Amino acid sequence: MSVTVQEAPAKQVSQWVYNDFNLNVATANGSGSQTSNNLLIRSLYKMGIPVTGKNLFPSNIQGLPTWYNIRLSKDGFLARRERVEIMICMNGATVAEDMESVVPGGIILYDDSLPVANHRKDVQYYPMPVKALVKAADVTYTLQRYVANMVYVGVAAFLLDIEMAEIKNALDWNFDGKPKPIQLNWSMVTAAYEWAQQTLVNDQPYRVRRMSGFNEGTVLIDGNSAGALGSVFAGFTFAAWYPITPSSSLAESMISYAAQTRREPETQKATYAIVQAEDELAAIGMVIGAGWAGARALTATSGPGISLMAEFIGFGYFTEIPAVIWDIQRMGPSTGLPTRTSQGDLLAAYFLGHGDGRHPVLLPADPTECFEMASTAFDLAERLQTPVFVLSDLDIGMNLWISKEFSYPETPLDRGKVLTAQQLDAFKEEHNGQRWGRYLDVDGDGIPYRTVPGTDHPAAAYFTRGTGHTPYATYSERASDWENNLQRLARKFETARSLVPAPILQEVDGARIAILSMGSNHPAVVEARSRLLDQGIPTSYLRLRALPINSEVRAFVERYERVYVVENNRDGQLYEILLTELPGLSTRLVSAAKCDGLPLSARWITEQITQ
Amino acid sequence: MTATPTRTARAPKLNPLGLEKTAYKGADSTLCNGCGHDSISARIINAAWEMGLKQQDVVKFSGIGCSSKTPAYFLGMSHGFNSLHGRMPSVSTGALVANRTLIGIGVSGDGDTASIGIGQFKHLVRRNVPMVYVVENNGVYGLTKGQFSATADLNQTLKYAGTNPYMPLDICLEALAANATFVARSFAGDAKQLDALLKAAIAHNGLAVLDVISPCVTFNNHESSTKSYAFGKEFEIPLHELSFVPSYDPIEITEEADETEVKLHDGSSLVLKRLGNDYDPTDKYLAYRTLEEARQQQKLLTGIFYIEPQTPSFVDTLQITDTPLAQLSQAQTRPSREALAQLMAKL
Repeated sequence: MSVTVQEAPAKQVSQWVYNDFNLNVATANGSGSQTSNNLLIRSLYKMGIPVTGKNLFPSNIQGLPTWYNIRLSKDGFLARRERVEIMICMNGATVAEDMESVVPGGIILYDDSLPVANHRKDVQYYPMPVKALVKAADVTYTLQRYVANMVYVGVAAFLLDIEMAEIKNALDWNFDGKPKPIQLNWSMVTAAYEWAQQTLVNDQPYRVRRMSGFNEGTVLIDGNSAGALGSVFAGFTFAAWYPITPSSSLAESMISYAAQTRREPETQKATYAIVQAEDELAAIGMVIGAGWAGARALTATSGPGISLMAEFIGFGYFTEIPAVIWDIQRMGPSTGLPTRTSQGDLLAAYFLGHGDGRHPVLLPADPTECFEMASTAFDLAERLQTPVFVLSDLDIGMNLWISKEFSYPETPLDRGKVLTAQQLDAFKEEHNGQRWGRYLDVDGDGIPYRTVPGTDHPAAAYFTRGTGHTPYATYSERASDWENNLQRLARKFETARSLVPAPILQEVDGARIAILSMGSNHPAVVEARSRLLDQGIPTSYLRLRALPINSEVRAFVERYERVYVVENNRDGQLYEILLTELPGLSTRLVSAAKCDGLPLSARWITEQITQ
Repeated sequence: MTATPTRTARAPKLNPLGLEKTAYKGADSTLCNGCGHDSISARIINAAWEMGLKQQDVVKFSGIGCSSKTPAYFLGMSHGFNSLHGRMPSVSTGALVANRTLIGIGVSGDGDTASIGIGQFKHLVRRNVPMVYVVENNGVYGLTKGQFSATADLNQTLKYAGTNPYMPLDICLEALAANATFVARSFAGDAKQLDALLKAAIAHNGLAVLDVISPCVTFNNHESSTKSYAFGKEFEIPLHELSFVPSYDPIEITEEADETEVKLHDGSSLVLKRLGNDYDPTDKYLAYRTLEEARQQQKLLTGIFYIEPQTPSFVDTLQITDTPLAQLSQAQTRPSREALAQLMAKL
């Protein structure tokens, strides 16, 4: 058996690198590599190591290149990192460029059947006899391709010191205790491990070791599962959706979680309905219909779906119907880059619809906030009687994040101003003799009272229409009725400012500059700030968690000479919104926007500020 | 002086809820005088009143167009939803799933259903959402002033739009192809038939499609139009004579030789009295053939073409709780602390 190809002279490792490197796995999609990658990341996570996984996959079912990037950071920095120390090459189509991407001093594990033209002198190579090991394992032909990817798990476990017991646990978890696939994959992992143990000289510097202090009280989960779980615990009763990457897994997770937790005890019947609609337009139509009838209704989609929903969401704003829309953002119109991330829908979501209108937009930064904001979104939608967006993205939605364990929602559901038959009777008396009008603002907050169909009261009914209407919901084309209604809706939006989640501020004494960002950029911002501090540049940080902005944002911007608005889109969409909302402070705002389909990196953010 | 004869005021007719028919009115219509749609509104009022529907249990839906304005003109004590053009199906699907106890009555037009809304219409049919779906079909766009719709006759001429070079869509055939469980056509001028069909449609546990030819007096009521009053009055050919027998009616139906009875979900019946040839409305092939022949020969054939009362409705298929989803409490919709702990432990 061949030993490591050692172009570089064998050496004593002078310095070990523990729990602090980037591991990139290059495979072809549809080859089962997801299971192998999950085993790696999950076992590392269970060893207490801060770890993050970014799946860079094509819009394809089988055969195109896929990369899975696992970053280990003992210091807890979990943004995407550009440097790659360890490359695992399983795909001939990309092997040349994959090998080039490794930093000097790095290592490369590769399937020895791949065409490798030349070897670099500044890295170490570990060819893996994948074919031979698979052949020896004696598995049926159809499964060979899948178990082949277990080879690199075993070899990496040996080279990096990943605990085999944790790999086994991860395997049990992954296959939910099903003995057959567990045994099949486990035998391949151990065969590869044993081969490596007997054959390889492990003189490369990268190692992992069990640690504590970071992963306690956390879970490893993707944002779509978290949003789904959050919605199930937020008491959703209706969901309609249409499959679209990267949002489909949110609806699919809801189907799974709801089936487990949302059945009426006596009858086992569902306390919810989830409908796969014929398109996004129908999905939002169903949600608007259900919200109007009193259900807690949501849909999940991505950019192209948002475009189709435009008319209904504008209508929902004007007719004041609660609805929750999850937008798991991806790149571009039509197909765009459907498997790449971006924050490019911010402006579209905020202003969606024709005529005047704005919508509250929630901006979760990680799966924990996806879980929490699922409840917040419903409470806001029903309190404000309006469509509410939750803007996640592919990076949060489909990648695994170490996330603070979800807490049980303690606040009661806020169903908003919905009148029962009894409350309708008492309305006049309780509101200075004013009779109820569907669009009448009796409380001064712009939010009227509504009734839902089926309310057993002769005066409960009203007619919902996009056409102009009076405070009593009657047809009107009178100019003043239209304008008064628009002004009230604007008042309602002012109320929203104080109800949406407040920004999170981290202010540093002596800082003259600050970063303002949102959503999935958070880990990169955290790391960039640390790097900047190392360079003697302290920064403060405001993480926006919702639109519309509140007064804290203005006060924050006023306190700094320069505020870098960091976002993952080309045009600086958040920057543009802030310019509009804070025109007097425009000279302090600096746009730092980038859009290439990848999560932002700390290096890029740092450069925006230092260069 | 002769004494005036004393006259006792005739007691107003009351329905099973003890209400007069006027209690089922809506706002005044703003449609053109003589519009077929107003006749249909009057039939809906009559059917709801005679069946003793409680208006609070009814929800009215529509899309956009002249037809879609009409829910404001009937059942004033029912919630109404005038939605988007061609999008009534999705809105009503959501609302009727959110509250399964509601009785849905939707009014659409030929543009709203067969042009912009054909996709949602066919999926509504396919899902068998339990509601009445009336198409007020006049073959023309009224509100935008006289353009052709997708049901306009081939080679028909209109004042502004010229001659129509395209084949029309047949709403009943489209419904049938989408697996409709109740397909009927009627004429706005045929009050008796429309009454029976509307009642049967309300009683049907599934989607009931009623394609009602409803003349547009302003844009499409000339002699050459198959959607005019003159054409309808002269050429309407009823397939059968229909009558509706409500479930609470104590009368035992004795089936005559020339009558067929179709039992509906709620125990009521639709009785079909033969006119001319025998027609079996449970025979789908016959329905296809009959509709296609009528289309080819430009005949205004009316009546119930197809009915299948056994197919589960969309709400039944979803296996949801009997309590309306919209009325479930927090205790019923937020799983327990233990449930979250269990799921967390699995992660």
